[in-house]
Amino acid sequence: MDLQSQAEIKRLAEEHGSDRVVVLLGAPDPESAGIAAETVVVGDPTYAGPLAEAQLGLPVFHVLEDEVRSVIPLDVWDEQIGVMADVLEAVAIGQAVREFRER
Amino acid sequence: MMVGPERSSVVTGCSAVLAHTPGLVRHGSKPSRELPRDPGIERAVLDNLRTFEAAVAYVPHQTFIGGLHPRDMPQRPWTEGMAGAQRFAGAGEIMPEDEFMGLLAACDEFELVQLEEEMAADTLARLASHPLAKRLPLDRLESMREQAGAPRDGGLTLHVDRDRLAGRIFAGHESDESLSAAVLLENLACKATGVLALARLLHDCDVDPNSIDYVLSCAEEAVGDRYQRGGGNMGKTIAAAAGLGNASGADVKNFCAAPIPALVIAAALVRSGVFNRVAVVAGGSLPKLGMKFQGHLRKGLPVLEDVIGGMALLVQADDGYSPRVVLDSVGRHPVKAGASNPQIMTALAVEPIERLGLHMTDVDDYATELHNPDITEPQGSGNVPDRNYRTIAALAVANGHIERDEMTSFVSERGMPGFAPTQGHLASALCYVPHALQRLTEGDATRVQLIAKGSLFLGRMSQLSDGMSVMLERNDG
Repeated sequence: MDLQSQAEIKRLAEEHGSDRVVVLLGAPDPESAGIAAETVVVGDPTYAGPLAEAQLGLPVFHVLEDEVRSVIPLDVWDEQIGVMADVLEAVAIGQAVREFRER
Repeated sequence: MMVGPERSSVVTGCSAVLAHTPGLVRHGSKPSRELPRDPGIERAVLDNLRTFEAAVAYVPHQTFIGGLHPRDMPQRPWTEGMAGAQRFAGAGEIMPEDEFMGLLAACDEFELVQLEEEMAADTLARLASHPLAKRLPLDRLESMREQAGAPRDGGLTLHVDRDRLAGRIFAGHESDESLSAAVLLENLACKATGVLALARLLHDCDVDPNSIDYVLSCAEEAVGDRYQRGGGNMGKTIAAAAGLGNASGADVKNFCAAPIPALVIAAALVRSGVFNRVAVVAGGSLPKLGMKFQGHLRKGLPVLEDVIGGMALLVQADDGYSPRVVLDSVGRHPVKAGASNPQIMTALAVEPIERLGLHMTDVDDYATELHNPDITEPQGSGNVPDRNYRTIAALAVANGHIERDEMTSFVSERGMPGFAPTQGHLASALCYVPHALQRLTEGDATRVQLIAKGSLFLGRMSQLSDGMSVMLERNDG
């Protein structure tokens, strides 16, 4: 996850509290989704960014997960996500994110 | 003069060159920020730079310069190299860094670059025996050497062989950030790679440089001073350095997407009769050197972003043979279209095909952002072309052009692996043009769709993306 995003997430979590921030990912593959989820749950695994060693434990979801899809109006989902659900490896991405969310 | 459908525009040639510049990786945007923070990182980067031989043998580089078609690339890992790879191939070459250092100095018209004495002599000798020597501005290098004064200190140091001092580049003004040594190095690298590509194009097309009327640059660098930071005109700058005495020029700016609007504008200028011959030229982006080096080092790869690309193509009136630019096929991404990937791809890939009454299987090759996945995957950006092709295939299903079980074959037959360096404008379909020309003349393709996308939001002036597509078509005379 890029350093600017990490800094922004850290700021929001400090400002509003970790229990009032949800991180929504759009990463295109399981590996990068997993790294992003890891970063906001247990800290930046590359130790390069503001979230290095920051165990924020934030709830994190990928936009393709059913939990997210179920709360988005169908027409908005179709317009914004649509065929990408078929294009990306939605199941593997969901698994990669869930692994860290459930820690 | 007859103006109308009879006067269509064709692309008669396209060149693609790479300058292998591992010594300049430290001046890429990311390394220039990260290396000074930690000597350990600097050492790791320097220890993982590639040799020239490794860069020549690297499969995506050979594909970029036209040595093989992207669909003929062997399975990864590509870093193992290709047996028998040569510096020169069908569309261009990979220039070693010591020669490029000379070309950089030769393209400098303001005595900003000062080469070390030995470096200047070596590079001049080597460039003098380059096959394109007569088309490159080497006289400047010679006179510069003869008139060289006392060595100056300061400036930004330039290196070859990882960390051997080759020379320096100085600021153009002591307090103008737009003319800092770092900015001028970016612009000069863009100019030099553009000049090399244009020289190769003129050589391959065997046209008189004085017959070119106009040169459009679609590169990403902003040339200017503090009062007009993106003033331009890289097009005319490169035209002059490559000896195109009758040409004028201008720049088309649109982030990574610029090459396709530039091609369409060039084709429209020729079709309308405004000009007879227009070159589109794209110098490379030095700031992208080493952009994703952290991911490469983490995965035990060499620093893969160690080349600066350059491309040029020539558009002229129909010659009865070269592939036509189908101006009726232009797809654009309107403001109201929305910025999600499917919305962009619908506007660029699907709409123009349906508008022409064609089927998506009537297009033999789709060329979209062809970023090399070796470079993007280790830093978490995924396989960009693979994602694009699966999106196009999914849209082909959604729009009734193919069945769902045909998606995989659609992708493998009409798509291709990515092979371009992460210099977005080169990756954005432009890198496929040399292959497209070959496929549409000697090969068996009838139509190639070129699709480019650009991220306008990066400049913080608009939340939008943009893009444009156009088709090239076999010329049946």
